[in-house]
Amino acid sequence: MKLVELASTIRSKNAGVDHITFDVICRDRANFERVRDSGVLNRGAVARLFGVEEGRVTDFVVFEPANAIKFTIRRLRPSGSMGESDLFGAQQYAPLFDVEIP
Amino acid sequence: MKTVRIITPTGHLGTTPLEKASFERGCAESPDFIVADSGSADIGPYPLGADRPASDEVWQRHDIEAMLLAARRLRIPLIIGSASDTGTNRGVDQYVRLVREIAAEHRLGPFRLAKIYAEIPVDEVRRRLKDGAVVRGLNGRPDCDPVTLDRTDRIVAVMGTEPIRDVLRAGAAVVIAGRSSDCAIFAAPLLEAGHSLADAFFCGKAMECASFCGEPFMGKETILGRVDGTGVYLTAMHPDQRCTPASVASHAMYERLNPFREYVPGGYLDMSTCSYEQVDGKTTRVTGQTFVPSPTTSIKLEGSGKVAERALFITGIRDPYTIANLDRVIGWAKGKLTERFGPIGGTYNVFYHVYGRNAVMEALEPTPAKAPLEVGIVVEVTCDDAARAETICHIAGKNLFYARLPEVKGTAGTAAIMSDEVLHARPAYEWTLNHVIEVADPRELFRTQLETVGAGDPTARP
Repeated sequence: MKLVELASTIRSKNAGVDHITFDVICRDRANFERVRDSGVLNRGAVARLFGVEEGRVTDFVVFEPANAIKFTIRRLRPSGSMGESDLFGAQQYAPLFDVEIP
Repeated sequence: MKTVRIITPTGHLGTTPLEKASFERGCAESPDFIVADSGSADIGPYPLGADRPASDEVWQRHDIEAMLLAARRLRIPLIIGSASDTGTNRGVDQYVRLVREIAAEHRLGPFRLAKIYAEIPVDEVRRRLKDGAVVRGLNGRPDCDPVTLDRTDRIVAVMGTEPIRDVLRAGAAVVIAGRSSDCAIFAAPLLEAGHSLADAFFCGKAMECASFCGEPFMGKETILGRVDGTGVYLTAMHPDQRCTPASVASHAMYERLNPFREYVPGGYLDMSTCSYEQVDGKTTRVTGQTFVPSPTTSIKLEGSGKVAERALFITGIRDPYTIANLDRVIGWAKGKLTERFGPIGGTYNVFYHVYGRNAVMEALEPTPAKAPLEVGIVVEVTCDDAARAETICHIAGKNLFYARLPEVKGTAGTAAIMSDEVLHARPAYEWTLNHVIEVADPRELFRTQLETVGAGDPTARP
């Protein structure tokens, strides 16, 4: 099943001026455990998905109280620098939709 | 321990107007304080660097008027943090002016008003560096050196609870604070009432974006926070919104590097052992948070500096052959710029934002674009000189119209030009400081002034 069908929220947002953070929040506990236990989402996998070196994934956390998985990618330039494409970092999450969860 | 109730109607005062119905519902819950954060770094480095507001004064006045009238009617303090988006001295003075104007218009007062300034001259940081202070880079940034400061036009320090607690104790009925930690403006009155650091900062963390901690998703609706020694209680005031364990927990992790720690001057809030419990249809209680003090006090510094002037040009392309060969087209256009103006990245820069392909995600985009029906291209040029930026930008855009491809059919023009003009954009700025500086006293970077607003005896009623 695709991640988009198991999650109620998939979002991205600035976390300070140097990072974009991604939240995957599942509909319920069962979906969350399925995503968590599949092991499909991990630091290396999200680095590969977004085509960044693993070192740029600064945080990867399973956050049980929110049925959520959260990770953070360091920006190459601070938010709002010239050439900026997404000032709030709010539209970077879409590639997560199609991640297959067994 | 005294139960304290706080309401907040907006997560960023001034961006768009607060919703009055749920705010009035909150006012009917016997609140002890009205608190609102007015700042954000999300708006980018321009407003701080150029010292301009990002919000419209119409909505800033609207929200301050609603909150000030309610606070005076209920005889409770009003605390506003990070005045006018950036929390510079200009922001504090602007909000103080609005408070005075609104008070005069509605014949409010007398009441005591506190203003807390948070701006620090660049030379003051330079002096501290020279005297041996370490201005440590956050999140992998290098420490600040004199070159970093050369690139910086304006700096604000981010206050914790201490300056706000001081003015509350001095009897301030309205507090207009410069740049402040979002959660400190809520924590200050809770700490004054004797509540724990853990509950005070958690309450602030949960409430700082107002109704973002409830579900379903709504902005600008009022949230009530209650702290009574048995936990932090969060209640949605909109009839169709609820604070649930899921909504509060998911807000605890919102826009932060990780969901467990919130750093404030003097330590951090640890949320890794929180438990969340639904206590009624609209309320969630949170317990288990702890506060971990640090041996030293560090204050965060935000700085921004001007990089260049900026110009924009907008075009679109519909021809499928041109779209399929867009990289060649842009490559040719860039080649013409190099011919005339020297290398890109030298005395100027150019960015072709191709909407319909990868303008939004750029290098993070993993999915190759399927041939889009149309693409929109925003050409951005930056250069020290505004007139030269305009000249370069016009050619950078028009060269998409004159693009040379061997098989092109549309020989009357290879791009749709929305309007044959260069748009003047705000100058490009850059976040130069995202650092912390160690201080002996958490108040030492901030300046406080108290005054009386309205007529009569200021000591008559606080």
